[in-house]
Amino acid sequence: MDTATWLPVAWYFVIGFGVLMYVLLDGFVLGLGVLAPFAEDEGQLDTMMNTAAPIWDGNETWLVLGGTGLLAAFPRAYAILLSALYLPVLAMLVALIFRGVAFEFRFKARRGKRFWGGAFAVGSMVASFSQGVILGALVEGMPLEEGRYLGGAFAWFSPFSMLTGASVMCGYALLGAGWLILKTEGRLQQVARTTTRPLVLVAVMSMGLVSAWLPFLDSRIMARWFEGGNFWWLAPVPLLALLNAFMLWRAAMEEGRDARPFLLTLSFFVLGYAGLVIGIWPNIIPPSLSIWDASSPPSSQGFTLVGLAILLPIVLGYTAWSYSVFRGKVRADAGYH
Amino acid sequence: MDALLLSRIQFGFVITFHILFPAFTIGLAHWLAFLEWRWLRTQDGKWRDLYFFWLRIFAISFGMGVVSGIVMSFQFGTNWAVLSDRAGAILGPLLSYEVLTAFFLEASFLGVMLFGWNRVSPKLHFLSTCMVALGTLFSTFWILAANSWMQTPQGHEIVDGMFVPVDWLAVIFNPSFPYRLVHMVLAAFITTCFVIGGVGAWYLRRGVHLEQGRTMLALAVAFAAIALPLQVLVGDLHGLNVRDHQPVKLAAMEGHWTAGEPGAGVPLVLFGWPDEAGESNRYEIAVPRLGSLILTHSWDGEFDALDTVPPSERPPVAPVFWGFRIMVGLGVLMLLLALASAWAWRRGRLFGSKWLLDGWRLLSPAGFVALLAGWYVVEIGRQPWVVYGLMRTSEAVSPNITAAAVMSSLLTYAAAYAVIFGAGSWYLLGLVRRGPQPFEEPPRTEGGEKTPARPLSVGEPGHARSEGP
Ligand code: HDD
Ligand code: HEM
Ligand code: HEM
Repeated sequence: MDTATWLPVAWYFVIGFGVLMYVLLDGFVLGLGVLAPFAEDEGQLDTMMNTAAPIWDGNETWLVLGGTGLLAAFPRAYAILLSALYLPVLAMLVALIFRGVAFEFRFKARRGKRFWGGAFAVGSMVASFSQGVILGALVEGMPLEEGRYLGGAFAWFSPFSMLTGASVMCGYALLGAGWLILKTEGRLQQVARTTTRPLVLVAVMSMGLVSAWLPFLDSRIMARWFEGGNFWWLAPVPLLALLNAFMLWRAAMEEGRDARPFLLTLSFFVLGYAGLVIGIWPNIIPPSLSIWDASSPPSSQGFTLVGLAILLPIVLGYTAWSYSVFRGKVRADAGYH
Repeated sequence: MDALLLSRIQFGFVITFHILFPAFTIGLAHWLAFLEWRWLRTQDGKWRDLYFFWLRIFAISFGMGVVSGIVMSFQFGTNWAVLSDRAGAILGPLLSYEVLTAFFLEASFLGVMLFGWNRVSPKLHFLSTCMVALGTLFSTFWILAANSWMQTPQGHEIVDGMFVPVDWLAVIFNPSFPYRLVHMVLAAFITTCFVIGGVGAWYLRRGVHLEQGRTMLALAVAFAAIALPLQVLVGDLHGLNVRDHQPVKLAAMEGHWTAGEPGAGVPLVLFGWPDEAGESNRYEIAVPRLGSLILTHSWDGEFDALDTVPPSERPPVAPVFWGFRIMVGLGVLMLLLALASAWAWRRGRLFGSKWLLDGWRLLSPAGFVALLAGWYVVEIGRQPWVVYGLMRTSEAVSPNITAAAVMSSLLTYAAAYAVIFGAGSWYLLGLVRRGPQPFEEPPRTEGGEKTPARPLSVGEPGHARSEGP
């Protein structure tokens, strides 16, 4: 294989990895915001936000890497995707602004404290919903003609993208609940545990709905799953996901093994994500823009891949270190005011 | 208004807000590293108090820098899809390197810097501060490489209208990059320096926090007295570089419409009102030959006038002309203040001089204004090109976005930024008004296993919650 063939494949996985990291890491932080209305008082919300305060910025950086990586490796996909989804992207960005500054501002404000708590919650919800909509619109397919998007400003709006929007929001909430079980104790942990089970049900249902819907959206996805014996190769993915959900359901209420629910939610997400990626491959924008059509020249993909191969392990190293600095439970700060 | 014009307004608007915070945090991160180093060396509590005071300010500014930056990195796709498509192969890798070398570094070590004071050893904490500072410089390096390439593109081929990189070293170290990098880093340091000095002078004038006020002002004076002469020198070299690579921009900066008699040299226009229709300056006050002297370093040197290109290839002259004068004017004022203060300091009169203290207070935002003015010169001066000489801004805009969509995004950003930056500035002012507070040891936690919520929370004075408005 020559470089022009395999570099795009490598990049497909790099971008896929970056997006997955973002979904997992910022997913649980956004999930905290989605769960914010369940906090029983301002003190619980303090603790919830404090579990993420030292690390949220690094988590969000994976989104930036996904964006610039897409621009570097698949500039055409970056251009089409972002300009076609102008409004959902706008909603996501503005929501992320409010969510982000809420971390600092809420602890500085006196009169504004409730406002910034609200900004954290609503910002997180809108951001996760828009990400789901973007995902849905992408999976549903974007009709192109000569590299130009044919849809209008609201073409992303469809029952399917609304479903994916809601699913992603609930999924993130599940991640957030798992994270809280891991990082907190006492009353707040109980709150997190009791929200986990209903969220597992919702997550399984949405995953089922999306999976059932997908093959009808696009005959290529249907073909991928049901032709030439593929089904038997791919069937383990949904089966594992079901098993995973079942274990998560059980783990939610098990005292003492506080890391399990979070880890099981992570693996549940990885499986769901794998299912989607299998369906889309080798397109980057279904139904017609393949990774080879959208690629930047090998001189760009190669140059960036070298840097990635060297720098990404270092990044992962110090990210892990910074997590380990803040390991352990976050105490509710009784008498600490 | 069409989608193009609205997109340009939006881009200028969001990047104007963005750059204020990075410029400030580039300087602040280094200032914090300096403070922490002094604390580690001397164990004098004054340094630690100053460190935490500025750390709180840093945390808010950094937060605003991050969220406005996320917007920037998606703007290229939402509004400038054709630019992304055609130049993405060059801009994308540069921005990706920025993420990999700078953003992750800053973000990860920032957490330790803000919340890790009693969780890691003092040395490791200092290392984290240094890493954040280093990250800001890496970030500057890559983003300016990208911008400079759009100003003075090289190292690429154009294949079917697409920019294809062939020599990455040439792309990164393009002709205007070294000048822009040095000039920008100095500008960021100077901006921060004047804020620090201004805050110190303000405390001295009010008679509060005297010891810290003197320390901050003295350090600011010392730094400014070195950095401003350097900046003027670098600025001059930068100007010569513009003359060689973007002659039309230089002509707009100078308000130089037509070449004079051979041998007469080019005058330096101090003031005037550029009149695009009449192709001349009204109410012009000019010093003969000085333009030649500064820009060619000879009495009768010539450089290209605006009328060497048709109007369709000229930038709007007035904002470029005025932006340049604002920047240089403020630079000269800052230089004079720095020199006067250094002189007074040597004679032991700095801290008692009402005039000088008020001067520092007054010029504390000058760096921000000069910085923005400078960027407006650069960016408006390169119009109508987005990639200089090769691709017009009008070709770069996304083909399928409607004016209504861009109008709604522009209004949304305007409203959101008004809330965010209004509140942020308010909290910042609250912190400054309060001043440095004596340090209180945060409660140690059992075996380091449990994090107290907000260990020494940034932005909180001591431990009392709920500060600010
Ligand atoms: C001279 C310096 C400079 C300039 C000209 C710019 N930036 Fe910036 N930017 C920084 C210096 C910086 C910084 C100091 O490095 C920041 C501030 C906070 C941070 O995390 O990094 C930053 C933040 C920042 C972030 C958030 C990073 C994070 O999540 O931590 C993004 C995505 C961008 N920028 C992107 C851009 C883009 C696309 C720009 C141009 C169009 C741009 N910046 C101009
Ligand atoms: C950080 C300080 C900066 C400021 C204050 C600034 C300001 C501006 C302004 C005011 C314009 C509009 C010019 C016009 O349309 O007449 C503009 C255009 C532009 N700038 Fe910058 N800029 C900055 C840095 C950068 C950087 C670092 C990049 C890229 C890496 C960049 C990319 C662009 C592009 C692509 C345009 C064309 C779109 C347009 O004309 O609006 N700028 N900038
Ligand atoms: C007084 C002497 C100064 C001179 C002669 C000078 C010269 C210049 C020139 C010629 C440019 C345009 C470069 C281009 O078009 O590409 C520029 C840009 C700029 N200037 Fe200055 N400058 C001076 C002082 C300052 C000061 C005091 C600051 C801020 C504290 C500043 C901040 C900037 C910035 C941020 C830019 C845009 C970024 C860049 O291209 O570096 N300048 N300056």
